[in-house]
Amino acid sequence: MRDVAVVATAQHQVAALTGTTEVQLMVPLLNAVRDAIGLTQADIGFTCSGSSDFLAGQAFSFVHTLDAVGSVPPISESHVEMDGAFALYEAWVKIQTGAADTALVYGYGKSSPGSLRDILALQLDPYHVAPLWPTADAVAALQARLLLESGVSGAGELAEIAVRSMRHAVGSPHAVRSSADVTVADVLAEAPVADPLRPSDIAAEADGGCAVVLAAGDLARGLCERPAWIRGIDHRIDAHGLGVRDLTRSPSAAAAAVRAGAGDDRLDFAELHGLYTSQEAILVRELDLDDDLLVNPSGGALAGNTTMAAGLMRIAEAAARISAGEGDRALAHATSGPCLQQNLVCVLEGE
Amino acid sequence: MGDGGGLRADLVLEYPFTRTTGPVIGAFLTGLREGVITGIRRSDGTVMVPPVEYDPVTSEPLTEIVEVAACGEVVSWTWVDPPRPQSPWDEPHGLALIMLDGTDTPLLHGVLVGSAAELWTGMRVEAVWRDERVGHICDLAGFAPEVPGAVA
Repeated sequence: MRDVAVVATAQHQVAALTGTTEVQLMVPLLNAVRDAIGLTQADIGFTCSGSSDFLAGQAFSFVHTLDAVGSVPPISESHVEMDGAFALYEAWVKIQTGAADTALVYGYGKSSPGSLRDILALQLDPYHVAPLWPTADAVAALQARLLLESGVSGAGELAEIAVRSMRHAVGSPHAVRSSADVTVADVLAEAPVADPLRPSDIAAEADGGCAVVLAAGDLARGLCERPAWIRGIDHRIDAHGLGVRDLTRSPSAAAAAVRAGAGDDRLDFAELHGLYTSQEAILVRELDLDDDLLVNPSGGALAGNTTMAAGLMRIAEAAARISAGEGDRALAHATSGPCLQQNLVCVLEGE
Repeated sequence: MGDGGGLRADLVLEYPFTRTTGPVIGAFLTGLREGVITGIRRSDGTVMVPPVEYDPVTSEPLTEIVEVAACGEVVSWTWVDPPRPQSPWDEPHGLALIMLDGTDTPLLHGVLVGSAAELWTGMRVEAVWRDERVGHICDLAGFAPEVPGAVA
């Protein structure tokens, strides 16, 4: 295997981007990651992005965003209709094949013009479920109730996760929901909006984007003082149907963590892409994280959820922290689909 | 532009294709039109509702369609208020995973009660059918609390 590292990251996330197109959003971010390491697009071997036509309301919307990259002279490029974390996986594979030594990866989403929780019904079974238009929050609530009533988690545990996210997010430049003084009692006093989920249990919706540059071997060492090396990366998927699996579990998350080697050595922190406190509770168990591990120092996806970028942002947050010397080994997680159906785990290390 | 609210344009998304639903999903939808709920039997004898074409664990093709009960038990639920504009329901309603009697995987559908206080895990519910059925998941208007002693 080739050693591949994250050598530059940039992100922007706000509650709502109004009057700004996806191209206008991505131009400064793409320039920032390339400029940080002195590369131009001509130096990039492969470019891969993650975004959603369903959010943009336009087929092949990602093609427009290539205007922000610069595609003349022609570039080697690909796209996934998934979070940018899965685009990063494709880029990592491309570098493993030897077809590229560097890759530019980005993900972005603007969900504020529409109703994200309704749009996400379209990712469900088109015959049996989508015509009922269950919101994303309602589907997550069914999972959360199973978790609570099975006794695996308590309402207090979920509230503690919400509080931890909001406190960690204080001072995080990309968080859209933070609070230094919120308490568990405050969260438990909120009226449920998708019973049993309360507003603070649900990730704060955001618009934004994230860009990352990957480089292989000595090239990475030359571009960056302390590259964040990808020591393991894997993604797995569970069955699609909501009724056909135990929703209190996420076997694909556990399998991805094992195959990425997450448990092979001590972790300093983890960045999790849980979209609900209940999902974060499931992830901590499935990823077999120690009780005292620092989870989501950035606030995590709960503090700001840009659909199609929140997973890549977890990798970017972890990599930036390692490159800054604030940790040596971290787990970054990304999810896709309903109820933690598909999960990616990336283990990053400094040298 | 003008009022600073950004550009606006109407857009109609179209899907100009027809699909056939095949022998498994098609059987389920045809059953709904006839007022019966069907599932599919796996090789271990368990029954999945709604039926799926392939076993989610072993990946083997599944073919044995079986008729199942139109009543069962709520295994998880949430409350939807306000109702969603695209959904088949005009009033606030429950949304639940319902394990129909004799089956092993729950079905997602609406529960037609007046408030969240009337919903609980383990409650018995029975299907409410629409009079005009076309072979669609919405041929089921939803599920209502079972009336004790009544024949489902």
